[in-house]
Amino acid sequence: MTKKTMREAINEALHQEMARDPSVIVIGEDVSGGAGGSSGQRDVAGGVFGLTKGLLPKFGEHRVIDTPISESAIVGAANGAALAGLRPVAEIMFSDFIGVCFDQILNQAAKFRYMFNGAKAPLVIRMTVGAGRSAAAQHSQSVHSLLTSIPGIKVVMPSNAYDAKGLLLQAIRDNDPVMFLEHKMLYNDACEVPDGDYTIPFGEGVLVREGEHATVVATGQFVKLAVAVVDKLAEEGIRCDLIDPRTTSPLDEELILESVRETGRLVVIDESSPRCGLAADIAALAARKAFFSLRAPVVTVTPPHTPVPFAPELEREYLPDAARIEQAIRSVLAP
Amino acid sequence: MKVIREFEDRVNTECLTGAIPGFTHLYSGQEAVAVGACEQLSDDDFIISTHRGHGHCIAKGCDVVGMMKELHARRDGLNGGKGGSMHIADIAKGMLGANGIVGAGSPIALGAAIACKLRGEGKVAASFVGDGASNQGTVFEAMNMAVVLKAPKVFIFENNGYSEHTGSSYGIGCDDVVKRIEGFGIPVFQADGFDFFSVYDAMAKALEVARHGGGPSAIYCTTIRYFGHFVGDPQLYRAKGEVEQYRDESCCLKNFRARMQASGELDLASLDAIDNEVGALIERAVNEARNAPRPQPEDLLKNVYDNY
Repeated sequence: MTKKTMREAINEALHQEMARDPSVIVIGEDVSGGAGGSSGQRDVAGGVFGLTKGLLPKFGEHRVIDTPISESAIVGAANGAALAGLRPVAEIMFSDFIGVCFDQILNQAAKFRYMFNGAKAPLVIRMTVGAGRSAAAQHSQSVHSLLTSIPGIKVVMPSNAYDAKGLLLQAIRDNDPVMFLEHKMLYNDACEVPDGDYTIPFGEGVLVREGEHATVVATGQFVKLAVAVVDKLAEEGIRCDLIDPRTTSPLDEELILESVRETGRLVVIDESSPRCGLAADIAALAARKAFFSLRAPVVTVTPPHTPVPFAPELEREYLPDAARIEQAIRSVLAP
Repeated sequence: MKVIREFEDRVNTECLTGAIPGFTHLYSGQEAVAVGACEQLSDDDFIISTHRGHGHCIAKGCDVVGMMKELHARRDGLNGGKGGSMHIADIAKGMLGANGIVGAGSPIALGAAIACKLRGEGKVAASFVGDGASNQGTVFEAMNMAVVLKAPKVFIFENNGYSEHTGSSYGIGCDDVVKRIEGFGIPVFQADGFDFFSVYDAMAKALEVARHGGGPSAIYCTTIRYFGHFVGDPQLYRAKGEVEQYRDESCCLKNFRARMQASGELDLASLDAIDNEVGALIERAVNEARNAPRPQPEDLLKNVYDNY
């Protein structure tokens, strides 16, 4: 196997699936990144983050569709193309932009199957999430909790390149609408990624580290940080289960609950806001279904209830760091 | 057209007696638009409808009995009793749904048009756009993108004079919607929304563009709705006698009858025979709907996902 970045892994998945299945199309603003420019060059960027590079020359403009900046029409077109039998992969670049096309997600894609007596709408919407690049309040949000609360769509958040490829291949083959959230701080992270075809089923989390003292659930960019903290604590003899759910809808409740029933202690680290968010949801899950196993109050580690700031020092303050995660784990272990 | 008229009249009474739950928006008066346009389409072409979707659905060939069952919220209705009036759909017939969100259909039909273009079989997608939706950003986005992508898409603008309770003369800021559509680079074929043949001919011209790689086109028709925005709307915003005058002077069904008799294509007896047949069909639809099974509790969680 070769090491690939998450950017390369996602690009490879798109190439392989478009080659395998002629009904897959890619649609979005700048997906080739050069249409109509004065240089006459197409595919110069392959999207602002380079994720769709090389697709246009290989698959042509009938299947790799550069659009105007029109998120409602991009997601709406993906919806209609899916109802008409294609498997569109739409890109809305920054997840923050779902504000302008939320109707097409909330009221259309999520509900076609239910309202239309089982109609299939197999579409994927790829978007970047997360803070860390001083991109400020309209380019840094983590919207997975908003999306997870909507029945009818699935929500995927890979934390490494290997998962990203397998989950994206699964997402495109899945017959439900899938929101595929790519953390912009992870694009350059590399790990071993197979060249061939493989899928990762939805609703199956992964036990990243094993231990009996506490359960730590982390998502997105915090999985990496949590690994570092958990490994450091292991040197002191504090051993934790570390779980990456990989998909928030469906959520691997059993993996989390089994672990909590063993350890009796739970820390949840997540980047969405503290109110009505994923961390609160998982904490409530433990309270509902593993209450008598709990030996300490559940602790959640999230940003504060505020928009994402621009100034780098404030953004660092906003995001949970290793010290906060370590302190949270120690606090559930305290007598 | 007669099926739609009879269907809507019966739906009106079924709603008022409480047999049909929820909100219902009737299409009576506008039949020539739906039928004139859809008569030019096959099951492999797509349409997407509006809030006022029954007429488009019937015109596209959806099962009338299944529709009546759906409106009565029955388990074997067209959408399993979970869509109702505002979401009635039949993908196999190329009917991608009525839509509860004003203007949401245009980008969805654009996507279906993209699928038609990719397959290269000369099929098209059409969206019905009311005067209210003609002011929505989604429609503007879809018009621009359809031009950019040369999508085989027909925008059918259907100005019935009111968006909800607001007159289109007030709600549309420009003097001329046609100019606005043309401003996107879309050719517009105008039609008389009270005249089946006028809409039919306009749709033929639009399809000539769409089916041969010419990209999007539009037809624009003015018409009138006989009922209020929803069933039960007291319509205090409308002048007394407005609807009666239209029913008298501009009824698309009367127009059609007169034209058929004048041309000698159908005599009075044949037209009456059709009307009787339609009456029997609607009667059967209502009877079957009233006696159809209701959804069961286990249906609540069915079809949320393909798998989860």
